[in-house]
Amino acid sequence: MEQTAPFIGSRPAAEQRHWGEWIIEKLIQVAGLSTIVIIGLIFFFLLREGLPAFFEVPLRTLLGGRWYPIENLFGLWPLLVGSLLVTAGAILIAVPLGLITAIYMGEIAPRWQREILKPLIEMLAGIPSIVLGFLGWVVLAPLIQQAGASTGLTAFTGSIILAYMSLPTIISSSEDALSAVPTEYRDGALAIGATQWQTIWRVVVPAARSGIVIAIMLGIGRAIGETMAVLMVTGNAANVPALGLGMFFQPVRTMTATIAAEMGEVANGSVHYHTLFAIGILLFVITFAINSLAGRLVGTQGKRRRSSQL
Amino acid sequence: MSRQKTNQLMIALITTIAIIVVIPVILVILFMFYNGLSALNWEFLTTAPYNGLRQGGIMPALLGTVYLTFATAIVSFPLAIAAAIYLAEYARDNRLTRAVRLAIVNLAGIPSIVYGLFGLGAFVLFMGFGTSIIAGALTLGILTLPVVISTAEEAILAVPQEFRTVSLSLGATRWQTIRYQVLPQALPGIITGIILGLGRAAGETAPILFTVAAVYLPELPKSIFDQSMALPYHLYVIATQVPGMPLSVQYGTALVLLLLVLSLTLVATIIRTNIRRHRQW
Repeated sequence: MEQTAPFIGSRPAAEQRHWGEWIIEKLIQVAGLSTIVIIGLIFFFLLREGLPAFFEVPLRTLLGGRWYPIENLFGLWPLLVGSLLVTAGAILIAVPLGLITAIYMGEIAPRWQREILKPLIEMLAGIPSIVLGFLGWVVLAPLIQQAGASTGLTAFTGSIILAYMSLPTIISSSEDALSAVPTEYRDGALAIGATQWQTIWRVVVPAARSGIVIAIMLGIGRAIGETMAVLMVTGNAANVPALGLGMFFQPVRTMTATIAAEMGEVANGSVHYHTLFAIGILLFVITFAINSLAGRLVGTQGKRRRSSQL
Repeated sequence: MSRQKTNQLMIALITTIAIIVVIPVILVILFMFYNGLSALNWEFLTTAPYNGLRQGGIMPALLGTVYLTFATAIVSFPLAIAAAIYLAEYARDNRLTRAVRLAIVNLAGIPSIVYGLFGLGAFVLFMGFGTSIIAGALTLGILTLPVVISTAEEAILAVPQEFRTVSLSLGATRWQTIRYQVLPQALPGIITGIILGLGRAAGETAPILFTVAAVYLPELPKSIFDQSMALPYHLYVIATQVPGMPLSVQYGTALVLLLLVLSLTLVATIIRTNIRRHRQW
């Protein structure tokens, strides 16, 4: 962000530029600002179609625990719980694995290994979610059922797939955080006799703490919004599971999957239709809050994310 | 246990875990090849499905995705590249620029299904395009903006300041400098961004569910105002909605989609590695 005014001194020939250039430069400016307009438009259209739900459905029903659209029961609670459950499971799996992989790539692996690992992670990021969902459906779910669950389509199945899908996000942002730690810290630690492990665990990771928090937040944002894979492998049963470890091994229904599964079948303008958009508002607000907070944290670090990539 | 022993043990543990994380990526791809390759042949790629999608090929879905991806490109890239030029060359470090950056971070974080809702509300219904290629392309175009903008901006920023200084000192205007010095140097990086965006658009399912995708169409779309089949949605349909669907066809379809998207990612990675290697400055 420090480099945003790249032209030094006065602008030569500024007087001579013809208005063709003036138009081009204005268009470029408009394009830049259009991103703000677009995000505003997205929110506007979600509100336009979704806000009526809050007037049509009694608040007690909306906050209730029963999602039975056929009986006009639109309780969002089970969907929210489903989303949070699957996301929590995914993050519990993906954060340790992602952080450790980032540590390996940034601190331990020799250059040639890094050059193999990095494209592999990028490749993982590139696999379409429907393909991973398909694998979860035909391979992972049967395996989990064989392992003793009553069905293979559970919150846990979704968490595993989601964990894999959010790994690239978590790895690359953790890597950024680790690489932002000055080399002097490592040199200093090693010079006073710390082992490599002590340097990593007591010096580098604590110094990268805020960046790692950002990585976790972006991972959560990625996981909570994932749709197709979750739709295919979590079983889509809208109940609030009883508290306990067993809740991970029951079918759940997430907010995203509900929209994807039901929007095709509702009449435009019906209460059900409005409520699905209201879920969209909820998702927008949640991810907007997470990403704005993460963006602000990145800003306070004064570091341009992923600037080392090219 | 001595410090050195702990050190060795922990380093070994980290290495093992990193390998455990990465191996499945290779396994997934090999597994898809192993199961899907037998279904792949010329006929599979060039014929339409029949008998309730159970037999025949994937031609309409494959072509639909190709159309859709190109249409997305036309919507997204002029805007994305202009926005990247703005951020890299024109924007000052002020409130407005920070708002633009925040908007891009947030666009990148919006769930794809929410893009689908937006496309339905804005393009399909409000603008009256109906379920059509243009509605889907506009939706996917907006979805790919953040990837293309940030990659292109990085590429432009990577062009050394000296190029600009020299050009300006020779009397070129700001736009001439950007047009004839900066953009040509940044072009490979910008193309990387474009290809990454294409890969993203080709593989997405949720945004096209209510904006373009049809379960089955006997004919190919004739204009951008027609519905179309699309490969990711086709995979979803045959995997979950068609009872008695032969598994080999499902794997074959998934493999074609994977190959399509991964080859785009691979090309982008190759270009990027080449830039890093051959950069003379």
